Amino acid sequence: MKLRALILTALLPLLIGATKPVLVPDVSQRDIDIVYSFTGADLLLFGAILYPGGQAPGPDEPPTDIVIVVKGPSQSILLREKQKVAGIWVNAESARYRSVPSFYAIASSRPVRDLVDDRTRAIYEFGLDRLQLSPASGMAPDTQSRFASGLVDLRKRAGLYYEAPDAVQITDRVLYRARVTIPARVPVGKFTAETFLVRDGRVLAAAVRDINIRKSGFERFVASAADRSSILYGLAAVALSVLLGWSAGAIWRRF
Amino acid sequence: MDIYLPIANLSVNALVIILLGGGVGLLSGMFGIGGGFLTTPLLIVYGIPPTVAAASSASQVTGSSVSGVSAHFRRGGVDVKMGAMMVTGGIFGSLFGAVLFSILQKSGQIDTVIAILYVVLLGSIGGLMFIESIGAIRKARSGTASRARKRRHHPLIASLPFRTRFYASGLYISPLAPMLLGFCIGILTTLLGIGGGFILIPAMLYLLGMHTRVVVGTSLFQTLFVTASATLVHATTTKSVDIVLATLLLLGSATGAQIGARFAQKVTPEYLRLALAVIVLLVGLRMALGLGWRPDEIYTVDLP
Repeated sequence: MKLRALILTALLPLLIGATKPVLVPDVSQRDIDIVYSFTGADLLLFGAILYPGGQAPGPDEPPTDIVIVVKGPSQSILLREKQKVAGIWVNAESARYRSVPSFYAIASSRPVRDLVDDRTRAIYEFGLDRLQLSPASGMAPDTQSRFASGLVDLRKRAGLYYEAPDAVQITDRVLYRARVTIPARVPVGKFTAETFLVRDGRVLAAAVRDINIRKSGFERFVASAADRSSILYGLAAVALSVLLGWSAGAIWRRF
Repeated sequence: MDIYLPIANLSVNALVIILLGGGVGLLSGMFGIGGGFLTTPLLIVYGIPPTVAAASSASQVTGSSVSGVSAHFRRGGVDVKMGAMMVTGGIFGSLFGAVLFSILQKSGQIDTVIAILYVVLLGSIGGLMFIESIGAIRKARSGTASRARKRRHHPLIASLPFRTRFYASGLYISPLAPMLLGFCIGILTTLLGIGGGFILIPAMLYLLGMHTRVVVGTSLFQTLFVTASATLVHATTTKSVDIVLATLLLLGSATGAQIGARFAQKVTPEYLRLALAVIVLLVGLRMALGLGWRPDEIYTVDLP
């Protein structure tokens, strides 16, 4: 008995050493409220890396890297492509996608291409060229890649998709933080911030935090009124217009 | 000052929108038009989704026509019977427009159709106005008094049944004529977010042959009710009336319209019409070029 306990104690550091590091992530805001002055949000994503045995790896060991992926609620979309027909640009071909992230940002401590191989990037959807867009219709591969790059380009310019290599700062190999900007044009819903710990070309740990973006106060009232009691909302819009127009006329007649 | 639009789902500079409304209001007060044909394209250029732009601009036109209608009522410049006929047709037109809107939206051609309609309407009406006002200015300069055109309605309209008397307009025609006219304008109101005054007024003058005295007031009367109906139609079908956007636009346009109306009294009407024709033609030209130029966005996303 005594011997067994002794062996276990001796093995304990080794057992712990065999386990992987653990991530403890957090975000500056779990809930983002959209109010009248909303022009987008600046998220601070931070956390700590817990190494087995509490010992951070030394400078001669392979460096630890962090990759953070923030995704918006996925949408089912119809993507249309304009073509020049008889001198004017009209929507011609279209493609349907079942689930496309409405927002996608990837931040990392070094460019992701330097961290992992293409296969791993595809598995974890690291990078805009590795997004799994799930086209619903059977498209030819070249058409598919044309549409996919068109969609990524469109959303990139709207600030909805972006890559931020070197945006994650790691302090003393233990604490990390990154800033991710979410533009005002995002849909409401549940966003996820996934943090990955990468070392030696392998993903060793992952953790997820949810962020809820929702309209609040007057903005929520207007959006839900327009959606649920649309007739009353329409009448209110008309009444408001009439009132504003009439009172402006009445005020000006006094001058 | 940035303000978030709860329906358009984006944030805009409130001052820019108010100034945009003010500029359109200035022109609408000067020329006696609703100005929807300027608001919708300008909003689209600013980055507002086309559907929200058309829907919210319709509700803005409602507001900006109110004070005009009340002013014309006091002056006795509204043929209520004629107006009621046009509004009846217009309400059906705005409903039919909504059906067309959803068919076109499904097929993905709504933006192209809106743009082509704008080009055709603005081009033809602007061209006609341009020629007419140049002629009027020439006559005024050479000093020959322009012979008053004999007021007559179009022979096709005389052939319609159920004729009735419209005293204020000085007409004895079938109520179907103003109803049909209202119906066509109603379709355009839902599709384009315009009041349609710049089509309605020439049609009332040259097709129906109404008294000039009641033309503007009756046209505004129709605009008020049909844009209100189009706002309701949009609110229930496309759900894209942005009350915040419409309010911002109205704050600007209600003020601008009053200033414009004061300014208009100091300018010769022929030159005013020529200026309006030039503006209409310029907007039409810009839309035409937009159709042929390679657009900034080749791809667009639809959320079904």
